[in-house]
Amino acid sequence: MNPVAEKDIRTGGILRSLARFREGTLMLTIIAICIVMSFLSPYFFTADNLRTTILSFAINGIVVIGMTIVMVNGGIDLSVGSVMAVIGAVAGRLYQSGVSIWIAAPTALVLGGLIGAFNGFFITRVGLSPFITTLAMLSIARGAAFVVTQGIPLSLYSMPDAFKSIGKGDVLGVPVVIIIFIVFVIVADFLMRRSTILRRVVYTGSSEKAAIFSGINVRSVKMGVYILSSFLAGLGGILSIARFATATPYFATGLELQAISACVIGGASLAGGDGSIIGSVFGIALLAIITTSMILLNVSVYWQDLVSGIILLAAVSIDYFTHARSR
Amino acid sequence: MGAAILEVRDISKRFPGTQALAGVSMTLNAGSIHAVVGENGAGKSTLMNVIAGVYQPDAGSILIDGKDVKIANPYEAQKLGVGFVHQEIALCQHLSVAENIFMSTINDANRAVLNMREYNRRAAELLSAFGANIDPRQRVSQLSISQQQVVEIAKALSMNCRVIILDEPTSALTESETEALFRIVHRLKDSGIGILYISHRMREVFDNCDTVTILRDGRHIDTVQVAHTQPSAVVDKMVGRSISDMYPPKLASTPEEGEVLLEVRGLSSAEDFSDVSFRLHRGEILGFFGLTGAGRSEVARTICGLQKMTGGQVLLQCAAVSIASYEDAIRHGIVYLTEDRKSEGLFLQMSVKHNVSAIDLSTISTHGILDPRRESQRAEKYQSMLGIRATGVLQKVWSLSGGNQQKVLIAKLLSVSPRILFMDEPTRGIDVGAKSEIHRLLRELAGQGIGVIMISSELPEVIGLCDRVLVMHEGSSRGIIQGSSLSEESVIRRASGL
Repeated sequence: MNPVAEKDIRTGGILRSLARFREGTLMLTIIAICIVMSFLSPYFFTADNLRTTILSFAINGIVVIGMTIVMVNGGIDLSVGSVMAVIGAVAGRLYQSGVSIWIAAPTALVLGGLIGAFNGFFITRVGLSPFITTLAMLSIARGAAFVVTQGIPLSLYSMPDAFKSIGKGDVLGVPVVIIIFIVFVIVADFLMRRSTILRRVVYTGSSEKAAIFSGINVRSVKMGVYILSSFLAGLGGILSIARFATATPYFATGLELQAISACVIGGASLAGGDGSIIGSVFGIALLAIITTSMILLNVSVYWQDLVSGIILLAAVSIDYFTHARSR
Repeated sequence: MGAAILEVRDISKRFPGTQALAGVSMTLNAGSIHAVVGENGAGKSTLMNVIAGVYQPDAGSILIDGKDVKIANPYEAQKLGVGFVHQEIALCQHLSVAENIFMSTINDANRAVLNMREYNRRAAELLSAFGANIDPRQRVSQLSISQQQVVEIAKALSMNCRVIILDEPTSALTESETEALFRIVHRLKDSGIGILYISHRMREVFDNCDTVTILRDGRHIDTVQVAHTQPSAVVDKMVGRSISDMYPPKLASTPEEGEVLLEVRGLSSAEDFSDVSFRLHRGEILGFFGLTGAGRSEVARTICGLQKMTGGQVLLQCAAVSIASYEDAIRHGIVYLTEDRKSEGLFLQMSVKHNVSAIDLSTISTHGILDPRRESQRAEKYQSMLGIRATGVLQKVWSLSGGNQQKVLIAKLLSVSPRILFMDEPTRGIDVGAKSEIHRLLRELAGQGIGVIMISSELPEVIGLCDRVLVMHEGSSRGIIQGSSLSEESVIRRASGL
């Protein structure tokens, strides 16, 4: 297999060698959609639209990073959307009760990590499946968000501008949220390929038993993964209240399924051991660009979920058929 | 021996990158046991899969009772009377023994409500013909691997087969279970069934089979009557070269003269075994032998911290050590090669390089960041040292042969520069060539001063390779045999508790 890939690169088959990787295929698909859209809509290739599109998935993208790591580890975290909502709500409620947002936000983030530890405890010590545990947490955290907010959105417009600028501000015309997102992606992708800690996550996801027989402390690896996922979801919640200056209990409903779709489109396997940060980010970017395109083309919003589902099926089927032969 | 029951003619099968079978022909007679031997990758499994309808041949024909047949899928193969007992157990773990045995019968049954009492009765009948003491109502997941194997065979027999393919059925069985199996196989033979028997084990072939067909690189090399040939001649034909010395020479001096590397005193672990003591000396290979359930692997796993120790003491170079987890053991230089290569050993979807690295990331990283160059170099070093045949260290391990997969696992263990190596069934399911390479490697490692403990169910291997053998029977040690008193008979006597 390897000699073929090398030969392709030597003979200049860059496109074909790109297509060999899931990330490459996705990138080419995204570029193709962009080219088509630029002909269909004059607004598509404007700085404004680009900015809006990336902003639309930047915060969720941070959550997708966590989900990718959980899935590579062979697990799943259904609670991310609810955790995002409850952490935003807790930070907002603390702020409203007089705590400085600079203290309220980190406190809420710590709570995010604790929720992850709670998931991790039930998964690694009690031995429940990640699906069941985080399904329960999906309910618990969403319920807690309603309890904390009493069911009504918390208005946080009085927060200091310095904090709001994390969500709304620009640096040299680039929104801070996008900068944070890109930094996280670059760092996470690097660590995924090069850090010993995330390599252990991959080993555990690839084969838990083989990991145990390689002296890897599988329990602490899993524990860490769920803490990270909830922490990143919590961070998403904090960035959201900074951006929208409000905390609502309905926030990020259904995000878990969108995140899982993005990861799967990006090449992550539900069985674990497979997946990349860049792939998942391309996955969520693809979903966002399709949504934007449909809006620009005046397609009813009711079509969006339907199309997202078809893309998920198509991406996984194409991948299956292109890789089935090599298996 | 009866008339030809199954005949394959000029079967060819190509997979991307390999010609798995090239014009293979052979004939199976009714009432005979016909061995098919060859190294891994020789095409045995592909040929059996073609006969059982799993694969469609690119060319050639299959005749049953002289009639040309097309076998489109395994179901049709069963209808034609061809039963296939796969090497890897494929039972529904959550269902009962009877439900598994009669799976296809139940599938065919044209009724909504199943008479399970009837199926249980028939299953009990079938199993008692084996002398197997298995309750048909038991869940398969509660059975041992060898009992599951027996269920697999009963399942094939339930379909009134005339041809039965047994793909390495004894690789997970102990000597006594193997004997029991062969009693059944001979009974089947006497009733006129033709048996295709795939094996790596020459002794089984020569003790039980009538005819042997040798395949190599997808080609038919020879078919001979077992009575007219010798094991060494068959092995030579399998590997295409002469394997002169089956086992490397043993330690010239008395093993006890060497420094004591590891001493175990009164080791116990719950119900698995109790009061096991032994010493491992520098330079020697110590064998662990026992029938399934004797506790050999459990002793190794307990010393390695993979199982809870409930009593006893472990001394490493005369100093007591406490090992609570496998990580502790690795820190002390004690490593364990699992007997279950596929599920406990390998990261199948990952590369050779990443598999080699799994146990020790610290020497190839700085402040937690891996150095890909150092990682590749280390993997390449072991690839050439152990002769791992792969296109490169980036090749995924699932695509390697069993022997090369095993070498990858050994490379992984060697990467921590171990002091004590526990090798649990290191040559199970790998071909003759790779097997003797691993034997030589273990001897070499012992010579370098690493303590090697080898667990094996294959008696000739234990006797051929080990300097001393600790024999276990039902969770307790039956002493250590060495030197001239080390023979198949002496080991078996103690292992069976006599």
